[in-house]
Amino acid sequence: MSLAAPRTKRQAKSARGSYGRVGQVIDELDDRLGIAKGGRVFLDKIFPDHWSFLLGEIALYSFIVLIATGVFLTLYYVPSQTEVIYHGAYAPLRGLKVSEAYASTVNLSLFVRAGLLMRQMHHWAADVFLGAIVIHMARIFFTGAFRKPRELNWTIGLTLLTLSLANGFIGYSLPDDLISGTGLRIMFSIVLSIPFVGTYIAFWLFGGNYPGTVIIPRLFIIHVLILPAIIAALIGAHLFLLVRQKHTQFPGKGRTADNVVGSPMYPTFMAKTTGYMFMVTAVLTVLGGIAQINPIWQFGQYQPAKISYAVQPDWYMGWLDGALRIMPSWEFTAWGHTIPFVVLLPAVVFPGLIFTICYAWPAIERRFTGDNDIHHLLDRPRDRPKRTAAGAAMIALMLTLLGASATDVLANFFQVSLNEVLWTFRILVFIVPIVVGVFTWRICLEIQGGGADIGKRKRALIVTRSATGEYRTVETAPQPDDQHEELEPIEVPVKIDMTESDGDTAGEPGVRTVSR
Amino acid sequence: MSDEHQETTSEGPLPVASIDDPHMREAVGNPRRAENSIALFLVLGILGVGVFGAAYVQNWKPWTLGVSLGLGLFFLGFGLSAWGKYLMPQGPFSEARHALHSARAEREAISAALVERTGVVIRRRGMLGGLLATGFGIFGIVAIFPGLRSLGPLPGLTLTKTNWRRGSLLVDANGRAIHRDTLDPGGIVTVFPAGYEDNTQSQAVDQTVLIRVQFTDLVTEKGRATWAPEGYVAYSKLCTHAGCPVGLYERQLRLLVCPCHQSMFNIDDGAVPEFGPAPRPLPQLPLYIDALGFLRAQAPYDQPVGPGYWERTTT
Repeated sequence: MSLAAPRTKRQAKSARGSYGRVGQVIDELDDRLGIAKGGRVFLDKIFPDHWSFLLGEIALYSFIVLIATGVFLTLYYVPSQTEVIYHGAYAPLRGLKVSEAYASTVNLSLFVRAGLLMRQMHHWAADVFLGAIVIHMARIFFTGAFRKPRELNWTIGLTLLTLSLANGFIGYSLPDDLISGTGLRIMFSIVLSIPFVGTYIAFWLFGGNYPGTVIIPRLFIIHVLILPAIIAALIGAHLFLLVRQKHTQFPGKGRTADNVVGSPMYPTFMAKTTGYMFMVTAVLTVLGGIAQINPIWQFGQYQPAKISYAVQPDWYMGWLDGALRIMPSWEFTAWGHTIPFVVLLPAVVFPGLIFTICYAWPAIERRFTGDNDIHHLLDRPRDRPKRTAAGAAMIALMLTLLGASATDVLANFFQVSLNEVLWTFRILVFIVPIVVGVFTWRICLEIQGGGADIGKRKRALIVTRSATGEYRTVETAPQPDDQHEELEPIEVPVKIDMTESDGDTAGEPGVRTVSR
Repeated sequence: MSDEHQETTSEGPLPVASIDDPHMREAVGNPRRAENSIALFLVLGILGVGVFGAAYVQNWKPWTLGVSLGLGLFFLGFGLSAWGKYLMPQGPFSEARHALHSARAEREAISAALVERTGVVIRRRGMLGGLLATGFGIFGIVAIFPGLRSLGPLPGLTLTKTNWRRGSLLVDANGRAIHRDTLDPGGIVTVFPAGYEDNTQSQAVDQTVLIRVQFTDLVTEKGRATWAPEGYVAYSKLCTHAGCPVGLYERQLRLLVCPCHQSMFNIDDGAVPEFGPAPRPLPQLPLYIDALGFLRAQAPYDQPVGPGYWERTTT
């Protein structure tokens, strides 16, 4: 094993060195770090080729874009609520009292070259990041990828979602514009609603009564340092566990619980995924370039007594806003104390409950199924109708609440009374998840029988009529193009024998030739 | 990496494949054409990022930066992905998945190490353990002081107070006092107590909406006979739901509407919430008109303004 011991570099080279400079570097590194075998295993790591495995990558690459554009923004943004008279280049604001945070955001948007592109990319990347996390999570859920042994990674992923939600909201608050300031005011009220400790937490968080002068600088350090550091560390842990436990895969030809079938890390996956990273970045760049988002110079500086009409938060906060809107006006006052259930239930208890259910789901499912086995092969959603129904109901609930966050816009658009819209959503929020859940469950049961030929290329069917009028359906013969379907997976070859052989390599060690 | 203990991979000969093994073929039937297409994409990508450089140097409009860089990156990425997908060995390849768990003996070894060393080494020094736990416990508690307490003042009675006093002059955001002739019926203005109109912190709690409903005195509720002289009625502008400014006035229906969550308050009726999630009426500020005809507050608000919280005592 000890390749290093007595040999000189030259000896080492002559002994093994048909790989030139690369071989030399590897030798030197391996002498010091012992990377050769582990590194090779890593290069051979297999990534399943299914499209749904790319959803998490969108989140990962959006995060990279967030970091890159975010660093750019910190160079120009001033995290300060100090009020100054605006003397900058944006004429409509001249002479007005604005905070340094707001003034610097306007400045970097309008007068720093590529600043607007970076800021809008950052905002779009945040929206896409959260969306990709949610859809990735849905994929994990519906295919049962969270089951033993991957419960911990489910937990880490959910924590990533929670922290990203928080950081998204905080980032949205930093420009100190009229709309984000109103969002912060609502957040203050939500914290206030917590019994016993709410006022204390709110005052400590904001450094006194709302709005205070410290919340923007505090949110800034949370947004750019504390939460990103935790998120980055958790992404690291997420990926480490993924490598350690290896990918799940859908069942199919040659795919078992004891292997992983797909493309090797190097070079196939690396090429595909790096290209994918560029494409994700590209989409965010185009969005940042042409799709205006959060034009804060039009909203104006936050002033506590001013407000705008028909504003919605970023999409991932919509479900909470919707819940706040449709909650009946319950407030409980007795013995000298008030519990504002109207805020506490939808904005504290309800999200707490939703996240608790999500965190507990692997345990809940294990409890009901009694299934404590190790799973590496994924479920098809239809084969787990109850789980699929539960997930669909949850998504339906969230989408209904998201719709409820637009009650005013919907009432305006459809020219109906706000009252009717509100009551519609109060009823829908209970009915829609149940209906969707039941329908999903039924559909799963109905389609369970089909799909036995999954993973196989569809062949054309020919319907023929015989002379006697008899109809027959015949599958066409396999085309030459179908052949690769028949290949059995092989281990990633370390060495490639460059000599063209006559195909008769069966005798050589380690070479498996698959007959076509 | 993770397979440090899985010696099996290095036991046999390293896997070798012949170049004409079907697994090693390109994944596409016509590699020549694929290569040409990919080359085209890469060239487009080069053009895109090049145009971005030009757009930046020439300071073209922001959208040109986004579109040129975006298209450039997209074509580069698309070309690279296509290279990986179509021109690299089609496989399929597999790697073995080994059980993660260790041998029985290893499991027992670590359990034994934990249990037996605890018994032998730690438990027999119970007193030290207790002292240490006490020390850490106290540290945890005292760490809360700088960790939390320094962050801000205690709420105390802050939330119950505004800057409205008996006799406070009503002024608008620019400091102009409100005279009995300032508003016509249907008129509305946001007012603050004089001297506090320019202070963000005060505005946040003092903000009050003043509406002139009619020319004659308005009685919004029993016991508030004098509160709205000459039809001038004033309510706290802080929504009792989540604290947004109740910024919209529906003149025909005489409703104040909160744009955040659409609570509606009837201004004729003591700002009782008619609709939406707000649980309480907006507190009403009692007004009078002084000898010079300017509007002033008879008294502070009779209850805390804004949303509910645990220490709030009144309904």
